[in-house]
Amino acid sequence: MQPFSTHTGIGVPLRRSNVDTDQIIPAVYLKRVTRTGFEDGLFAAWRNDPTFVLNQRPYDAGTVLVAGPDFGTGSSREHAVWALQNYGFRVVLSPRFGDIFRGNAGKAGLLAGQVDDKVVLRLWDLLESEPGTTITVDLDDRTIRAGDGPNAVEDSFDIDDYTRWRLLEGLDDISLTLAHETDISTFESRRPRWKPVTL
Amino acid sequence: MSGTRRHGGEDMSRTLAEKVWDEHVVRSTEGEPDLLYIDLHLVHEVTSPQAFDGLRLAGRKVRRPDLTVATEDHNVPTVDWDKPIKDPVSRTQVETLRRNTEEFGVRLHPLGDLDQGIVHIIGPQLGLTQPGMTIVCGDSHTSTHGAFGALAFGIGTSEVEHVLATQTLPQARPKTMAVTVTGELPKGVTAKDLVLTLIAHTGTGGGQGYVVEYRGPAIEALSMEARMTVCNMSIEWGAKAGMIAPDETTFTYLRGRPEAPKGADWDAAVAHWKTLVTDDDAEFDAEIELDARAMTPFVTWGTNPGHGVPLGGSVPDPESFEEERDRVSARKALEYMGLRAGTPMREIAVDTVFVGSCTNGRIEDLRAAAEVVRGRKVAEGTRMLVVPGSARVRLQAEEEGLDVVFKEAGAEWRGAGCSMCLGMNPDQLAPQERSASTSNRNFEGRQGKGGRTHLVSVPVAAATAIRGTLSSPADLETI
Repeated sequence: MQPFSTHTGIGVPLRRSNVDTDQIIPAVYLKRVTRTGFEDGLFAAWRNDPTFVLNQRPYDAGTVLVAGPDFGTGSSREHAVWALQNYGFRVVLSPRFGDIFRGNAGKAGLLAGQVDDKVVLRLWDLLESEPGTTITVDLDDRTIRAGDGPNAVEDSFDIDDYTRWRLLEGLDDISLTLAHETDISTFESRRPRWKPVTL
Repeated sequence: MSGTRRHGGEDMSRTLAEKVWDEHVVRSTEGEPDLLYIDLHLVHEVTSPQAFDGLRLAGRKVRRPDLTVATEDHNVPTVDWDKPIKDPVSRTQVETLRRNTEEFGVRLHPLGDLDQGIVHIIGPQLGLTQPGMTIVCGDSHTSTHGAFGALAFGIGTSEVEHVLATQTLPQARPKTMAVTVTGELPKGVTAKDLVLTLIAHTGTGGGQGYVVEYRGPAIEALSMEARMTVCNMSIEWGAKAGMIAPDETTFTYLRGRPEAPKGADWDAAVAHWKTLVTDDDAEFDAEIELDARAMTPFVTWGTNPGHGVPLGGSVPDPESFEEERDRVSARKALEYMGLRAGTPMREIAVDTVFVGSCTNGRIEDLRAAAEVVRGRKVAEGTRMLVVPGSARVRLQAEEEGLDVVFKEAGAEWRGAGCSMCLGMNPDQLAPQERSASTSNRNFEGRQGKGGRTHLVSVPVAAATAIRGTLSSPADLETI
């Protein structure tokens, strides 16, 4: 995984709450067996609408998505994270994420930063009144900065310590776990014999 | 998340979830998530190909193929399922699973196998799902298995790869919540109505960060299959997992299943399973109490599972919601659903009725649907799809003659799979087509682009097929 420290990019206001992963990428787009090429399925139903934010310049070149609460609820499909990344997003900000989505984002290297409701409202206003405004996301000190003058937004975001550390270092979870292989083997040696096996 | 909370010793009062969690901690270190051992990993064709690819790239193998089982469910056709899959992309995905399971030595129940079916139906059916286990799958409805007192949750593809490689997962210790349902469900009110009522009460994010234990007399009175319906929809209100303490109902269901323990192993297992209850003085981080006696058939009107009302109610007025955010969401939902505020739910005409899915695709569900449609005809202009959750459910239903009941009523009797729950196979709604569906999600486009879904119980689905508008079996008697 590529390490993440800071990122600056165009902010995209997605004025919606409860964006489930079926909206992020519908099931018919999940048939690929690769991790790439999912950008065409991103928000597929909404992309047909010419007024949808990602069909507008300069938002179409955005890399920081600002969404309402309960982003990424529902289906566990990691394809939702890949679709956002394949499109070019590096960061999603929301007041609340679906648990599985947030976990998937952390594993795949998409920063899911939790921000206050009011911060999202201010960012939406700023990004809509000044399209193309960039947001700087600093994972080291967990801050976001956007715009200048009276409308500027400077605030912090939440991400759990462990995910932050792994993103900053670009660490591969499986290697981290396999470093404790002995613990796993010891645990396995105590497994009760009545527990089921499939082979 | 209270990732640093620790328990002092074995004799401390603990909840069911905490007991199961503690039994599976491989390694626990301050400031890091616990490393949790996984007893059973269920695999299907959609969320696994990239995980197997990852193993190949890193030169890793599946650590415990003997704790892993795969099936084909999401993409599979429910007609002509004995012929090659027509859609080339779906076929590639299914063939990829076959190649991967062969290469890595994983047991597979492919299309045509007697034990093929929806992954969350076959685990319990085989007896692989047992109390006190940790069970994961790259599918959010893995929460279904919690009905047995297992800790079961959905994971993403990176985590699928992690479990394949290590048989463990790093997991932050979740908070616990009790949902106590008192009283007794009135006649005609099902587990599905219970859980839809709960989700309307909590909203789609109400369970976020919690492992939920469903308890109380109304839960204890449910059959194993009905308990699975409740736990299945835990994810729809954001919960990490849903659990029900194992009891005699659980043991009776499991006894004699192909993969259930036998002989002395059975006795040892049951002795352990009986300890898997929340201690009397254990504390939950949150509690909700609901009264089953107040529940009625419940249906959704909008585009998330929290958008529900009693069948006797009406489409709500978006302006009646307190929060601006909910008003916006309700307005968008009504526009998408093509509904007007104030319309009685019973007046909503439905094009397609879908009976099936990991929520309501088990034998008891098919029996309940057949009971309603027996000797009646599906309304003109309405189609009814009955999709068994597994090949064995299909065969059992056919042995009982349920297929004949459905066909005589004018319903379509199909092969096993996820089918129209998510429309990855050809079973989809057309744009603006309206369904009454026993599945779990009414998201925009879930059952097909532009399709409009009302989530309902099995009896409501069957009665709706007969009347052509959202109905309960009681409405049929007045015709």
